[in-house]
Amino acid sequence: MSQEKILSSDGIPLEESLKKAERKNKLKAVLLVAPLFLFILIIYIFPIGDMLFRSVDDRMITKMLPKTFVAMEKWDGQDLPDEPVYQGLYEDLSILKKNKTFGKIIARLNYEKSGFSSLIKKTIRKIDKLEEGNYKEQFIKIHKRWGQSEYLVALKNTAPNWSYAKYLKGVDLKFDEKRNIIQQDEDRRIYKTLWLRTINVAFWVTIFCFILAYPIAHLLATLPMKYSNLLMICVLLPFWTSLLVRTSSWMVLLQQQGPINDLIVWLGWAADDNRPELMYNVIGTFVAMTQILLPFMVLPLYSVMKTISPSLMRAGKSLGGTPLVSFVKIYFPLTIPGIGAGSLLVFILAIGYYITPALVGGASGSLISNNIAYHMKSSLDWAFASALGTMLLVGVLAIYWVYNKLVGIDNIKLG
Amino acid sequence: MSNDHFVRFENVDKSYDGKQLVVKGLNLDIEEGEFVTMLGPSGSGKTTCLMMLAGFETPTNGQIYLDNKVISDIPPHKRGIGMVFQNYALFPHMTVYENLAFPLRVRKIPKDEADKKVDKALSMVSLQGFEARMPMQLSGGQQQRVAVARSLVFDPKLVLMDEPLGALDKNLRESMQYEIKHIHENIGVTVVYVTHDQTEALTMSNRIAVFNDGKVQQLSSPDELYERPVNSFVAEFIGENNTFGGEVIDVSGDKCKVKLNSGTEIMANPIVANSKGDKTTVSLRPERAIIDPEKDMDNNHKGKIEEVIYHGDHTRLRVDLLGNKDFILKIPNSSNRMDITEGKEIKIGWNSVDCRALDPK
Repeated sequence: MSQEKILSSDGIPLEESLKKAERKNKLKAVLLVAPLFLFILIIYIFPIGDMLFRSVDDRMITKMLPKTFVAMEKWDGQDLPDEPVYQGLYEDLSILKKNKTFGKIIARLNYEKSGFSSLIKKTIRKIDKLEEGNYKEQFIKIHKRWGQSEYLVALKNTAPNWSYAKYLKGVDLKFDEKRNIIQQDEDRRIYKTLWLRTINVAFWVTIFCFILAYPIAHLLATLPMKYSNLLMICVLLPFWTSLLVRTSSWMVLLQQQGPINDLIVWLGWAADDNRPELMYNVIGTFVAMTQILLPFMVLPLYSVMKTISPSLMRAGKSLGGTPLVSFVKIYFPLTIPGIGAGSLLVFILAIGYYITPALVGGASGSLISNNIAYHMKSSLDWAFASALGTMLLVGVLAIYWVYNKLVGIDNIKLG
Repeated sequence: MSNDHFVRFENVDKSYDGKQLVVKGLNLDIEEGEFVTMLGPSGSGKTTCLMMLAGFETPTNGQIYLDNKVISDIPPHKRGIGMVFQNYALFPHMTVYENLAFPLRVRKIPKDEADKKVDKALSMVSLQGFEARMPMQLSGGQQQRVAVARSLVFDPKLVLMDEPLGALDKNLRESMQYEIKHIHENIGVTVVYVTHDQTEALTMSNRIAVFNDGKVQQLSSPDELYERPVNSFVAEFIGENNTFGGEVIDVSGDKCKVKLNSGTEIMANPIVANSKGDKTTVSLRPERAIIDPEKDMDNNHKGKIEEVIYHGDHTRLRVDLLGNKDFILKIPNSSNRMDITEGKEIKIGWNSVDCRALDPK
């Protein structure tokens, strides 16, 4: 084919005049999208980036003790460092004392090695009384730990600007003094259990939601309009109720003197003085989360089922398929996009669920998100919270990737 | 031996809401190997009848027999009736081959035999080589043919078709009509066909059951239905029709005299209104009325041309005749064009045999 340029009637190449004609529309489209784009950038992309950054950022000590670290570069990390390091420490700590900004550094160093807290506090208290010169001796006089090389090695270990120690901690691993990766001490291993529990809960909540939602969605899609509308309102009602209210009402229902326990006792399944614990454990988490996440399964399923013509099932039957065969071979395969969408949605929501496990989960029913919240609000180890959050995010993306490989993301139908 | 009542509806009533009867006391016999069309306006109960036959609806009252067996208690999947649905109902997640093999697989027919049957069915609708396609990759006409092939692939004795050509465009619809008709002739399966398109019904069927108001108004061959409608509804519904309202004032043998509302008297053929004093609607096909009749016809009247509509192969005249301002005449487009202009007075004649005195509207 010849590549002759097609001209529009005024002699300008057609391509150009088309571009010109569409420029205005493009500009309009960009302007329309801009607010949402900015919104997402500010409240989504930016915080996530910040979170990723925080989880590996370890510059705080380096910044607060600049002279010390400059001096430490010349130290081989074997015996005790020489005078310049101690002089650097003296100058840095004096500035910190003057500015009263030593709180953070104490927490960070104590996390690196316990014992640092009292060491730094005592040093700062007495630092004004030091005389010029021979700081090494004077430091060791203030606290004998300044004379133990392991503390100074620990201090030197915090020198790199970036660290993935928080990620190691998230899977119950840690560095030893020689920077080898080793298992966390037995009594401090909690994160593996927590991750497994989180995945386990998310998985089973997804399964329960699927089992409960499939018949409801089918009913919704096949009932005559006036009934299906009513049913739809019943499905959506939880959406319009505050999450907190719904979880609290589960607390009312599930508590040991609550109606469900009353029923169990009345039915004779349990003795009155031995009522089963339905709350503050993993059962409560399962029950409440399944109920709360159910609509997220019902709606995608419904929207897919709505598009399946009832004549397909009829065709299956008229061709000789029993209702069961017709269902398995025809109806079910056609609902797979909805199942995929619903499961993905419920699983991803469940894996990061917070309020419900926090309220009804108790210790044995709390999930990774509760731990993240704990580090955000109580222990104030934001870096670790960020690391856990990033791990969660990566996990979700991995699930998404696997799903895309297995089912194909294009097959998802959300409505 | 063909069976005279292969399919039999006996006093079948159907109501969905307990207030209204959709089908009223339906009696209908269908011969084995016949192509019967249920024709009627929407809401006339024809699709309901088909669904009762297929087993997707149960009769409120009465019995349906298939090959002399009551089938009301047999679930649809055991009836062995092929069905073509309005929107084809092809399984979108299966290939053409899998669609056709479905009824064979559920019947546990061995694969090589099934392959042969699928091949035969596809060749019947000239779609060999399309086995691996998905339904979405086919055109409407091809999908339709796959649906027909699927309904026939397991050799059912009876095939039901529920407005199968409704979604196709006009040309395709016509060629599919012939195709389905030929398939029916070749394999001799009994077909019950539902449509609201009278041309389709007239082209394809051995017999047509005209439905209205939950009842069969007339069950007869296409020519019979067109030439000799038994009541006003059928006359109106099938083909074009000119009507006059009036009253029978005299009956003698196979003719009667009708006094029209305009006062004129015409001769007619007493069908429903056959005794003196009966109110009647007289029905006359446009092509049976002739302009400037040469030979004597027992009705001969003058009318004024109100409108001339050119239709290509024929010209249509709207004439004010005997008080009916919408009297339609068809003039074939031949070389000796008559002088027809609006406002002109013309003579119109017809035979009383063609002018049927039916029930009043």
